[in-house]
Amino acid sequence: MYTKDGEQYYVVDAHIALWDARPENQRNVHGKQFIDCFYDYHRNLSPEAEVWDYEEYLYQGGERLMRDVFVDGIVDHAIFQPARLAEFYHRGFGQTEEAFALAQAHPEKLTYNHYWDPRDGENGLDALRAAAERMHLKGVKLYTADWHGESRGWKLTDPMAYRYLELCRELGIRNIHVHKGPTIRPLDRDAFDVADVDHVATDFTDLTFVVEHCGLPRLEDFCWIATQEPNVVAGLAVAIPFIHTRPRYFAQIMGELVYWLGEDRILFSSDYALWTPKWLVERFVDFQIPEDLTEYAPLTTELKKKVLGLNAARLYDLPVPEHLRLPEADETRTGPREPAAADLASV
Amino acid sequence: MTAVLSDLATGVTEQQVRAALGTVVDPELDEPVTDLGFVRSVAVDGGAVEVHLRLPTSFCAPNFAWLMVSDAHDAVCAVPGVERVVVELDDHSDSDLINRGLAAGLGYRGTFGTEAEDSLDELRATFTRKAHTAAMERALTALLRADPSVDLGAVTLGDLPGDAAAALRRRRAAVGLPVDDGAAVLVHDDGTRPGPADAAMVLRRARSVRISVDGNAHFCRGLLTTRYPGAEADQVPRPDDRPVLPLEVLP
Repeated sequence: MYTKDGEQYYVVDAHIALWDARPENQRNVHGKQFIDCFYDYHRNLSPEAEVWDYEEYLYQGGERLMRDVFVDGIVDHAIFQPARLAEFYHRGFGQTEEAFALAQAHPEKLTYNHYWDPRDGENGLDALRAAAERMHLKGVKLYTADWHGESRGWKLTDPMAYRYLELCRELGIRNIHVHKGPTIRPLDRDAFDVADVDHVATDFTDLTFVVEHCGLPRLEDFCWIATQEPNVVAGLAVAIPFIHTRPRYFAQIMGELVYWLGEDRILFSSDYALWTPKWLVERFVDFQIPEDLTEYAPLTTELKKKVLGLNAARLYDLPVPEHLRLPEADETRTGPREPAAADLASV
Repeated sequence: MTAVLSDLATGVTEQQVRAALGTVVDPELDEPVTDLGFVRSVAVDGGAVEVHLRLPTSFCAPNFAWLMVSDAHDAVCAVPGVERVVVELDDHSDSDLINRGLAAGLGYRGTFGTEAEDSLDELRATFTRKAHTAAMERALTALLRADPSVDLGAVTLGDLPGDAAAALRRRRAAVGLPVDDGAAVLVHDDGTRPGPADAAMVLRRARSVRISVDGNAHFCRGLLTTRYPGAEADQVPRPDDRPVLPLEVLP
């Protein structure tokens, strides 16, 4: 729980990881390139006081994760969103058993989401069934740019992916977190294209598709899809740290998301250990759209409460104290949420 | 000194090579690779030229990487007096693949094999279109800020101030739209004009494109300087035809 100026915020960090990128786990040069890329994101977007040493960035372990994520009691609940990356790391990037054990030890604080990959075929379907039973899965994290043998990417619209989505439906796994990375195949088209989300959101209206990084670097394509599909949600991982280095850009991202999606479909995520949640929550509560960006309405306290935790709590049935709950906004299910606020004359 | 003498003998200068590289654009960010700091080094020795390019991350999309590297190769080859060209992409997850393919003249499909289906023409066209959409939004928004009562649908290229008109004309030409003074500025991707009821929404969508393109450009520029300390000295500020971008970088 975070309290500021008499307001209480129930906080859910909707995207954390327990990764191991230490050299002994790196399978090849790509393992190093991958964590180096993360570390550059971290160094580029963090306030100076929050920058870690490279060594400590490689691996945190459960004890440190609990301290970092839940420091000062700000974050009420956090959700693991693991990436497998088996082609880059011997034991994978996300540490499944370590993270799942931690979630079992702290069920009130942690939810473990697992992953699947349609290229695992029939065996993968059996594995998902077993994992759902053992881990009581409410959600999965899908990384469409993961490498897999000769293949370097897949699409949600691949026929086998539909089999997995159908199984998710059957198993009650309702939250499908999608991370679009530079999918390689086919190379002919935009690797960050989010059009496949549009298709599956239409075909699986009882599932919720959380697009991580709110589609960045294709914010515009994401917004256009999400505004038409009520079961598509924006995750703020990687977008929210812009609050420090590029606050006006972050204001525009928030302004666009609120305009196209509304306040009930945006989720706070630190993307730990890319960044830690504490400073992000503190900054977000203090954040406001700059006055000269008059095309966007100011971010209300209610909106911040929803983004920081209430929206994710709804998707994951988390027990929010009665007095902190808020009703959903009385808004259109599709199309721009506040067309009247679209003051075209200002930027 | 040897290099200088050789340059004189063949007439090829580093300046010419860099000018040629200045025509190579990052399609996603709509800026020359020279302005972005993506040119790591240029070496000229007689008629032989070696260019190294660098990108903000190891995992920048390989299709865009290929476009820039192969465009750079073509551009340098076209410089008079150049006899041998080596263009290499450094520190990328696909560096070996791309550099080998380029050196062997395998082309896009020959380099990427089964990962390539046909060509990158459609990808390039998508981003040429986005570059136009963003430029259209910048020009119209600048007008609207000066005069909120402007009739969006009625604005023509002739109504725009010189800089904005030139920037937009260049991008319209790239997507095959008319560039005469009487041409309507606010258009759909296919060049048709939206009706009065749709005009505001077309501009509003265009704005999300512009925010995305400009935001990505700033993030990529920043990441490059994190990855390669000192690279900021090789970057040219975002051009003046994009003054409406309200971005700040805190110290």
